[in-house]
Amino acid sequence: MIAVGALLHTKHLSRSVFEITIALVVPVVQASLAVYLFRAGTEPHRMLEAAVGAGLMGVWSSVLFGSGGAIQNQRWQGTLEMLMLAPRPAVLVILPITLATGLTGTYAVAATLLWGWLLYGIPLDFARPLAFAVAVPGCILALGMFGLLLAATFVLMRNANALTNTLEYPIWLVSGMLVPISVLPGWTGPIAAVLPTTWGARAVRQAVTGGAVWPSLGICLAVSVLCLGLGTLALTYVERRARAAATLALA
Amino acid sequence: MTGTAIEADDLRRTYRTRTGWLRPRRTEIPAVRGVSFTVRRGELFGLLGPNGAGKTTVIKMLNTLLIPTAGTARVCGFDVVAATREVRKRIGYVFGGDRGLYERLSALDNLRYFAELYGVPARQQRGRISEVLDLVGLAGRERERVEGYSRGMRQRLHIARGLLHSPQVLFLDEPSIGVDPVAARELRRTVANLAATGTTVLLTTHYMAEAEELCDRIAVIAGGRIRALGTADELKHHADGRRVLEVEAYGVPDDRLTAIRALPGVREASLETVGTGHLLRVQSDANSDLQHHVLGALSGIRLGRVSTRQPTLEDAYVAIVNS
Repeated sequence: MIAVGALLHTKHLSRSVFEITIALVVPVVQASLAVYLFRAGTEPHRMLEAAVGAGLMGVWSSVLFGSGGAIQNQRWQGTLEMLMLAPRPAVLVILPITLATGLTGTYAVAATLLWGWLLYGIPLDFARPLAFAVAVPGCILALGMFGLLLAATFVLMRNANALTNTLEYPIWLVSGMLVPISVLPGWTGPIAAVLPTTWGARAVRQAVTGGAVWPSLGICLAVSVLCLGLGTLALTYVERRARAAATLALA
Repeated sequence: MTGTAIEADDLRRTYRTRTGWLRPRRTEIPAVRGVSFTVRRGELFGLLGPNGAGKTTVIKMLNTLLIPTAGTARVCGFDVVAATREVRKRIGYVFGGDRGLYERLSALDNLRYFAELYGVPARQQRGRISEVLDLVGLAGRERERVEGYSRGMRQRLHIARGLLHSPQVLFLDEPSIGVDPVAARELRRTVANLAATGTTVLLTTHYMAEAEELCDRIAVIAGGRIRALGTADELKHHADGRRVLEVEAYGVPDDRLTAIRALPGVREASLETVGTGHLLRVQSDANSDLQHHVLGALSGIRLGRVSTRQPTLEDAYVAIVNS
């Protein structure tokens, strides 16, 4: 059921003109950002690493806006009530949506690398290509599970966009997707440590540069499974509250 | 197994709203104020009422989308709050309007997804989807995207989805709203067929003809309370002792309508816009012949056809709602 749901939600999302436009334009911006940032610095040889980081930013944006926006979209489409009426645990109903937003985010990684290679000549010489091919889907799966925790919060809010916008940039930064965590203030360390985005970005980066991919990916998935568990509990709670507060449908 | 499919006992629902941040102002709006009724298995039961009467709120409490503020309800013997999943396995829900479908997917994809969600076994899905498509007359169009469907087709797809898992109880919330007369007739035929095959149907509508044609029993709800309950013929008795005068008129100002309402013997008077004119409908005591007085009150206004008739279910409904 999760697979069918994720596939159909991916199909639905990928047929949106808005989504397609964003998916075409944003990777160019991200690839350019990565290139000029690192060319201006002292480490131009790390441009591929930067491009991959920029691609992950795209995945995160897709999951974040997708998870929040998708729930809101279900409300707008009038499908949220129909989903919640299914005789299934709410987690099995919402998880395919957040996984689908992760899956559509895959495009951001691919397109960022492609634009980087075509426009700026960033060579695609991965230190561990096989590990990269595993780490990216693993990271996307993890972010899909993390998205569920976010979605559980969004169900209760009729204006989830406000929360979505405030979470986008801080998570990019704190997770070290583009800028190394080592240059950030020390107090951000504990926050970074509990975010699956940090470990996912690290695993992917290590696959690019050469390093211990599997421990990072393992921690990323473990944290995400924890998020999935918390999201499941939260979703059960918020579903009941939404039924009590009448926030499943637009008034 | 009892013969009762739905039992509502003193159901109440209050909506709470909050406005403002610094000094929040909380408002409580009682939408349903103690509704009790039962629906037998296989019965087609109608909830009839004006907009804002509480029909949809009642349906949403019964189908588990809303938790009642007070009172209890059971569907197929299961409590709607304590045994939510058991209730959901046994019910289908169809609402009117354009929303509620995945527009950029085909009807087939929509049905496949909801078949998974509603627990139709994988091996039965293809056959079941084909059956419901045939039932609602969408066979052959199932591979088209929903965004290209007409309103009537969407409504039929809603019904197909609601029937995928062969529910024992089907909730239809104003399914014919905004649908053209031909499509509405087809919808009514589909609903009647469902009831004939043993599905319990709870239908909300504000179309009198629809309720009269389809429902075994009708509850008239207004202001969050049931005002009358019975068969269409029983409800018509609420207009006993009345006669109805109808006058086609062109441009009836409010003060004239007020004057007509004040005439001795007038029970109700309403004005409906029909095309470029108005249809004035005056209910009066059966023994009062008010035609002369009403026409007098309309002096100077261009008039069309004037007729007197016996009360219909619609007149009874107006009498009940305004009582």
